[in-house]
Amino acid sequence: MQRYSIFSLARNALTGHRNWPQAWRSPAPKPEYDVVIVGGGGHGLATAYYLAAEHGITDVAVLEKGWLGGGNTGRNTTIIRSNYLWDESAAIYEKALQLYEGLSRELNFNIMLSQRGVLNLAHNEHDLKEMSRRVRAIRGNGIDSEILTPAEIKKLVPAINISKDVRYPILGASLQRRGGIARHDAVAWGFARGADDRGVDIVQNCEVTGIDREGGRVTGVQTTLGPVKAGKVGVVVAGHASVLADMAGFRLPIDSHPLQAMVSEPIKPVLDCVVMSNAVHVYVSQSDKGELVIGAGIDSFNSYAQRGSWQIIEGQMGALVELFPVFSRLRLMRSWGGIVDTCPDASPILSKTPVEGLYFNCGWGTGGFKATPGSGWAFAHTIARDEPHPINAPFSLERFTTGALIDEHGAAAVAH
Amino acid sequence: MLLIHCPYCGPRDESEFSCGGEADIARPLEPETLSDAEWADYVFMRTNTKGRFKEQWLHAHGCGRWFTLVRHTVSHEHGETGVFGGVAPEAGG
Repeated sequence: MQRYSIFSLARNALTGHRNWPQAWRSPAPKPEYDVVIVGGGGHGLATAYYLAAEHGITDVAVLEKGWLGGGNTGRNTTIIRSNYLWDESAAIYEKALQLYEGLSRELNFNIMLSQRGVLNLAHNEHDLKEMSRRVRAIRGNGIDSEILTPAEIKKLVPAINISKDVRYPILGASLQRRGGIARHDAVAWGFARGADDRGVDIVQNCEVTGIDREGGRVTGVQTTLGPVKAGKVGVVVAGHASVLADMAGFRLPIDSHPLQAMVSEPIKPVLDCVVMSNAVHVYVSQSDKGELVIGAGIDSFNSYAQRGSWQIIEGQMGALVELFPVFSRLRLMRSWGGIVDTCPDASPILSKTPVEGLYFNCGWGTGGFKATPGSGWAFAHTIARDEPHPINAPFSLERFTTGALIDEHGAAAVAH
Repeated sequence: MLLIHCPYCGPRDESEFSCGGEADIARPLEPETLSDAEWADYVFMRTNTKGRFKEQWLHAHGCGRWFTLVRHTVSHEHGETGVFGGVAPEAGG
């Protein structure tokens, strides 16, 4: 792997940047691997990277039906934060945030992490009380979080409307200063390059069509490029977890929904932190290109179509313009949809399954991007040791039988 | 915006409806005999079909009645509808 540095940049500039090597190979799949990861999004690539980097397991293939990061990894609003209520969630999301903080250096790939702060607004008395409880719980877990008054919010975000004379006035906010955004594609590419450098085969345009089992144990997968044998299989397919589980003969507590996001035309810097509102139902940040990146809630019906309904967009635009009247004359440039796998408790599943040697990492709902490195790190441990790491043990499939749910509906920036 | 054919009112905008999710999830008749795993299957597990999917909808801002609808979860193509306790064959369960 050619390291990226100021010197390699200068050297390649001399040849007009025509001689950069490929960041990762594109091998044909071998007939057999120790571990096959199904799904080449951020979480799958992170899993492969940490399998190689942390556990020395390098006979690994990542099978991706489309192109790397072409699913939810490239479709989300890139927000990163770890301000979750429950201890179990705090542990895994904070692990992810800490890994993010060192990731550009570790991967030698600039993921453009910008810890610009994430602001969660409160619009009524109940919001304020809930926020106060939440901030105390978060700080109790050693995670930074603080409460701002409307005047302090206005100082931080001059464009916001803190008038009391609106339907949902802003009464306060919680702020996680270490939260922010990162370049989503770069996270996938960085992990891909790092995994490839350690010997992982990344195979694109290779769709898994079946999961082979023998005597209750996984033996490999069927793909559009032929069968691939595997000692262990890790499934990390946001949006299609139920489909893959069906191939392996069991069901998941998951419903798949469209989640839309959109960007405005690019404008000069106006917003230098992430603003989220649960009550009026929108979240927004400004990208380095100047576009406002906007998202909100899921469409209520089940879908695998990567597109959503117009009234969802209308609703969040109404909320956005209420918070930021100055944005009312902006035009939207693009909108798109991804398919999110939602769990009944709005927490993910990183788990062994009824099939020996088969592991599932799914159900991240609307908020998986922020967890990418922590998810891959914990899932790699689960696959390598055939047992979950203490960080992801609470996120097992068994919790739906034992009843030990991790209810994080309130932690989402918007209602589910 | 989906155009949903309420069996009572005819085609209406999706925004008039509430989606009730997967249909035909019947409450167990003898719940005290179920194991924890069987309970989990009833309460939490879902088929979440990619393809033709039978779901239930409430015409919340219309007639206020529940009905079932078979809809394709990739094309969103609208299929047959059924009513609860009525004459439509798929509403029988």
